Amino acid sequence: MVIIVGVPTLDERAAVRRLLDRFGFGPRPGELDAAAARGFDATLAALLDPGAPATDAGARATPPPDLGDEPYRPGTATQDQAARQRTQAALRDQERRLTVWWLDRMVAADAPLAERLTWFWHGHFATSVQKVRSVRLMLKQNQTMRRLGGGDFTSLARAMIADPAMLIWLDGQQNTAGAANENLAREFMELFTLGIGHYTETDVREAARALTGWRVDRQAMTASPVPRRHDGGTKTVLGVTGNLDANSLVDLLLNRPESARFVAGRIWYRLVSADPPPAGTLDRLVAGYGAGRDIRGLLRAVAAEPAFREPATALVKQPVEWAVGLMRALRVRPAELPEQAGNQLLAGLRGLGQVPFQPPSVGGWPGGAAWLTTSAGLARLHLAQLLVQHGDVTAVASAPPAGRIDAARALLGVDAFGQRTTEALRRVTGDPRQLLAVAACAPEYVVSG
Amino acid sequence: MDTITRRRFLTASGVVAAGAIAAGATRLNWSDLLSAAHRDPLRPDAGVLVVVTLYGGNDGLNTVVPAADHAYQDARPHLAYQPQEVLDLGEGLGLNPGMKGLKRLWDAKQLAVVRGVGYPQPDHSHFRSMAIWQTASPGSAQTTGWLGRWLDATGDDPLRAVSVEPVLPPLLAGERAAGGSLPAGGLQLPKGQLGVAFAGLGSPQPGEGTLQARAAKSLADLQNAAHVLGGATGGKASAAKAGQQRTRGALAAQLDLVAGLVEAGVPTRAYSVSLGGFDTHADERGTQERLLTELDGALAGFVDRMGRGDRGRQVVVLVYSEFGRRVRANASQGTDHGTAGPVFLLGQGVRGGFYGEQPSLTDLGGGDLKETTDFRDVYATVLEGVLGTEAGKILGDHRGRIDGVLNA
Repeated sequence: MVIIVGVPTLDERAAVRRLLDRFGFGPRPGELDAAAARGFDATLAALLDPGAPATDAGARATPPPDLGDEPYRPGTATQDQAARQRTQAALRDQERRLTVWWLDRMVAADAPLAERLTWFWHGHFATSVQKVRSVRLMLKQNQTMRRLGGGDFTSLARAMIADPAMLIWLDGQQNTAGAANENLAREFMELFTLGIGHYTETDVREAARALTGWRVDRQAMTASPVPRRHDGGTKTVLGVTGNLDANSLVDLLLNRPESARFVAGRIWYRLVSADPPPAGTLDRLVAGYGAGRDIRGLLRAVAAEPAFREPATALVKQPVEWAVGLMRALRVRPAELPEQAGNQLLAGLRGLGQVPFQPPSVGGWPGGAAWLTTSAGLARLHLAQLLVQHGDVTAVASAPPAGRIDAARALLGVDAFGQRTTEALRRVTGDPRQLLAVAACAPEYVVSG
Repeated sequence: MDTITRRRFLTASGVVAAGAIAAGATRLNWSDLLSAAHRDPLRPDAGVLVVVTLYGGNDGLNTVVPAADHAYQDARPHLAYQPQEVLDLGEGLGLNPGMKGLKRLWDAKQLAVVRGVGYPQPDHSHFRSMAIWQTASPGSAQTTGWLGRWLDATGDDPLRAVSVEPVLPPLLAGERAAGGSLPAGGLQLPKGQLGVAFAGLGSPQPGEGTLQARAAKSLADLQNAAHVLGGATGGKASAAKAGQQRTRGALAAQLDLVAGLVEAGVPTRAYSVSLGGFDTHADERGTQERLLTELDGALAGFVDRMGRGDRGRQVVVLVYSEFGRRVRANASQGTDHGTAGPVFLLGQGVRGGFYGEQPSLTDLGGGDLKETTDFRDVYATVLEGVLGTEAGKILGDHRGRIDGVLNA
């Protein structure tokens, strides 16, 4: 731990709170006290423990839903309108169950890093059910991200380039020998592994050839290469020539020095700050990621950065992070909400511009101040009001009115409310639910300090 | 399938987003906007520019279609429209069959089609190309949008550029000033003590970090926006209106709001609206025709409504996308990322017709159309002809103009 004289740093408790915010979804009641008592290093070690997901009772108690059969079969254009409507309704029902399940898992997780990373990778390899039209394949991709998301990036990238949902999403099935479709190749370089500006148009076209020939079996939920559809010729991508295929393409892309810096920069952007890391920081992050492309090593390096303890390293919570954090504090379980409230939860997230499994594009969701729009303020209040109605507000209600603002602050895991917020909250100390709803909309909670 | 939207651009551009959006933390003050509409309403003769961004790269060749050209038919046999399908504009070109409203505006001389618009050394990345269009800087990366620089250059009043989208597009982000973001839809603020407390969160707090201050500012803007919108769109009808907007499509809803603000005399001079989903790599025809039909209905309705009032008659609409598509179809009955495409200008102040040369379908660059008109010609023309600002302040020494496209 390097301390730079003159730069203000968070105290130990606030630093632990930041860890719980950034490597998880914020504390449940009592968790911040317990973590602060253990200290920053022990809290970090517990979060990064690779064995933690296996013993996570909260995760075990929330197994993925059994989605049943695949309702949608492409190519069955002869279906009548009633049949199409039944298919659509079945898909919508599966979609709702999957989304509510994942939100529920995020709230229930005892070892939240696995879900936080899965959420990160979902935004990184952003795939939308709206085009994939298979909820089962979205779940399968989600499980792959959960299984591999905290390990080495090579395995994850290899899995994603051949992931059935990804192949449908980026037209990988239409990419065949002699008839290339560049979509997957381009986005894999631009958005997933290298970043823009580190390859040429010729590289895109050649990489697309390397990815030709994949077919998805929706029923079996598999993707496999079909030799006669694959372009087996010699390709040259970024100066490497050979009979490249999906795996060798992934390897050569990840071998580029820009790739480690790109991945480290994306992690920093989502977990630390929308301001890019300074060059020295990026070098240390890349060293932590290392030759093994170790995501946990990268996170360890992130937490060791002096900037990680600076108050200015603030992060706007994405709507899902904000809502899940609030549900953890209020002990609201999405899966246990009445149906109408569950629908309102999803509608609220839609109003805020972020529904899991429906990113707006392959570029994922925006970040930083882009979430702080005029319209979002009201959507946030409505969703907070819904959640406090279904939440446990005892910690605030049992406090005397004069202590309720501080009780709300402690419950939400906020370091301190400023004078503006304190004065605003004084208007509603008589109603603990309203108090918590307004507190959840306070800048001190909307932005992770 | 909304594969490309402004959000994708915002997230991933890296070229613009961080700096410009940080700069977006400006003093856009809705109370000032409202009182300005009372004190100093939009002059009935002041030009208003509405920029429509089509995210994803709209296929220009299937929008303004050279249906009679054999090279077109040969390059995309399953994707091509036949001459009898398109809405004839003359010169061998016709509008996509979904664009009947624009055909009517063409016949009324209110639609100008600028052909072959692009920039040298075209970039095939959505993000980079959209950044180039939004910053008006093809040569080097710029951190400000062209209308953001217009706000900077015309300085003292940052209330004059408004995005009617959930997220502020970089084109409105300047060095010092940035446009405001206003949602399309009604805003019902809570009442009573809850309302007072919620409003209180919008006050500035000394010593607060940048992002927290920005969060507080957005809540203050919300209070003021609710007042403005209540006046412009008629509060009690908002629920019915919201339902109507959903069925009519997002772009129509955005343009409805713009129309209300113009009619209310809000002194905003530039608006940004958008429609996404144009990234048609596969099964393009149905998808694009559906999107173009939505675009057509929204634009035609808006231009018609604006034609009914003095202020509205000063409104000019500019429609563009970050690139067209490859001339040759791919094997998925779609098209990959291409280059130059048509730009539309619409409104009563527009002199309808063709401008710029139609790019050749046989003299290609790497399988792509060669641009015949620089996109900055269009920007310079509307900066001077609609916003009344010398283009040099925003675009440097760019000389080109689209002569005669705007009524003097």
